[in-house]
Amino acid sequence: MKQSIFTIKSNQHLTDTVLKMVLAGDTSAITSCGQFVNIKLKGFFLRRPISVCDYDEKTLTILYKTVGKGTQYMSTLPAGTQLDILTGLGNGYDTTKSGQTPLLIGGGVGVPPMFRLAKDLIQQDKTPTVILGFNTKEEAFYVEEFRALGVPVHVATADGSMGTKGFVTDVVKTLSDYTYFYTCGPEPMLKALCDVTTTSGQLSFEERMGCGFGACMGCSCETKYGTKRICKDGPVLEKEEIKW
Amino acid sequence: MVNTKVTLSGITLDNPVIPASGTFGYGYEFAELYDINVLGSFSFKGTTKEPRFGNPTPRIAECTAGLINSVGLQNPGIDKVISEELPKLRQCFHKPVIANISGFSIEEYAYCCERIDKEEQVSIIEVNVSCPNVHHGGMSFGTSPSSAAEVTKAVKAVTTKPVYIKLSPNVTDIAEIAKACEDAGADGISLINTMMGMRIDLKTKRPVIANKMGGFSGSAIFPIAVRMVYQVSEAVKIPVIGMGGVSCAEDVLEMMLAGATAVQVGAANLVDPFACKNIIEDLPRVMKQYHIQDLNEIIGGAHK
Repeated sequence: MKQSIFTIKSNQHLTDTVLKMVLAGDTSAITSCGQFVNIKLKGFFLRRPISVCDYDEKTLTILYKTVGKGTQYMSTLPAGTQLDILTGLGNGYDTTKSGQTPLLIGGGVGVPPMFRLAKDLIQQDKTPTVILGFNTKEEAFYVEEFRALGVPVHVATADGSMGTKGFVTDVVKTLSDYTYFYTCGPEPMLKALCDVTTTSGQLSFEERMGCGFGACMGCSCETKYGTKRICKDGPVLEKEEIKW
Repeated sequence: MVNTKVTLSGITLDNPVIPASGTFGYGYEFAELYDINVLGSFSFKGTTKEPRFGNPTPRIAECTAGLINSVGLQNPGIDKVISEELPKLRQCFHKPVIANISGFSIEEYAYCCERIDKEEQVSIIEVNVSCPNVHHGGMSFGTSPSSAAEVTKAVKAVTTKPVYIKLSPNVTDIAEIAKACEDAGADGISLINTMMGMRIDLKTKRPVIANKMGGFSGSAIFPIAVRMVYQVSEAVKIPVIGMGGVSCAEDVLEMMLAGATAVQVGAANLVDPFACKNIIEDLPRVMKQYHIQDLNEIIGGAHK
């Protein structure tokens, strides 16, 4: 974990409620895809935990949805604004367990961490298949960016306005030759995926956090392997350890 | 050179800044970030006899200038605290620590305090009779002078180290409770624990916190804490550790003027993991600004 100041390079809408923010700063504490950052916002007491979409040595990319006053305020910040950010939080995904052809399943605001994960797996000469789930075509984002990585990308929308009509699970049911799965999204989706997948996998969870670095025990959950803090021992848990 | 050393029940601290229980774990998360030996001391996570998961989640709600928590004393239990957490803590912190103990019966308080009293690194036992997040225990012992005194007596009977009773602000007359603890043999008073609070989500129209209510802390409660530290230090002769919304070096001085000998920092650690380090580094500058040579000169200064 590191605390440092980042400068916003761009902050643009991808959809009505989802924005892409690119920040310049020290990303050296980020050690794995699937980790998150915790952003201090002027006028708000707690930081905002946001998953990492992508990063390089000097740049951090996050995609976030305006869900409350904090993220609403974030959406108004112009380029050049400086933000106090804690980086390198959480365990992230373990790519060594993927096998050759893993599934990457992102639902809504769970889509962003799949991007860096896909890039890391491709770098390891693996062939991930990406499944992205949204409510509608209007709410879909980053589909072209995933396609540009050169891997198979399936889209499911609840209303059928883009890709398969239905849920990501409906796409998963049609696939059989995958070796593992990675996912992030709403909890009902994570649960449904555990039921339909035939392999082991890793799931990223969300919880209201106090600190984001393991101090306050605000976001604890019970697993088959004991109590874990979503912020520090998670957010990624393995399918086998989850108590639904 | 200014003097930041203060003394609590014969134990000299390099400075009065102490991370508050429940906001600093057992220290090692913070030791990854900086050398935590700069701290005056620290009060580790509240410990009970049995391991506890605590309350259901969500157990955090943001507020203006603070947060509500309903963690509910999650801890691995006294056996594991002694066998696993304290040895790890010893690796990163070489000064005396404050052991924060909670319970659900007078016997449990006494049992845990007797066990922790034997741990070499523990210098002060802070008895939490003020946790708002557990039923049948915790705060219920701290809301009447007689039950607070009973816990104090039971703990004093089985320990050799200084015993500080941590009091709840959710009472009518905190000074009366502090006085009852002093009369029962307490060596000091820690105050305040969190204030009972609640938030309701407009979207779901339900309480944000699964347990409905929780303990409100953060800079919003600082004036209440200062007032109560002032009232308690007027009522008792034993030392007072002041806490509640402290987030900068100026707040430390204000707490000490109200009567605190040492000061704990809580919620600020959760927002800024470097909060305590920054306060300690800033203290000499702020002391000079207000012409304070020695912190001991200002303890209770506002009472004159």
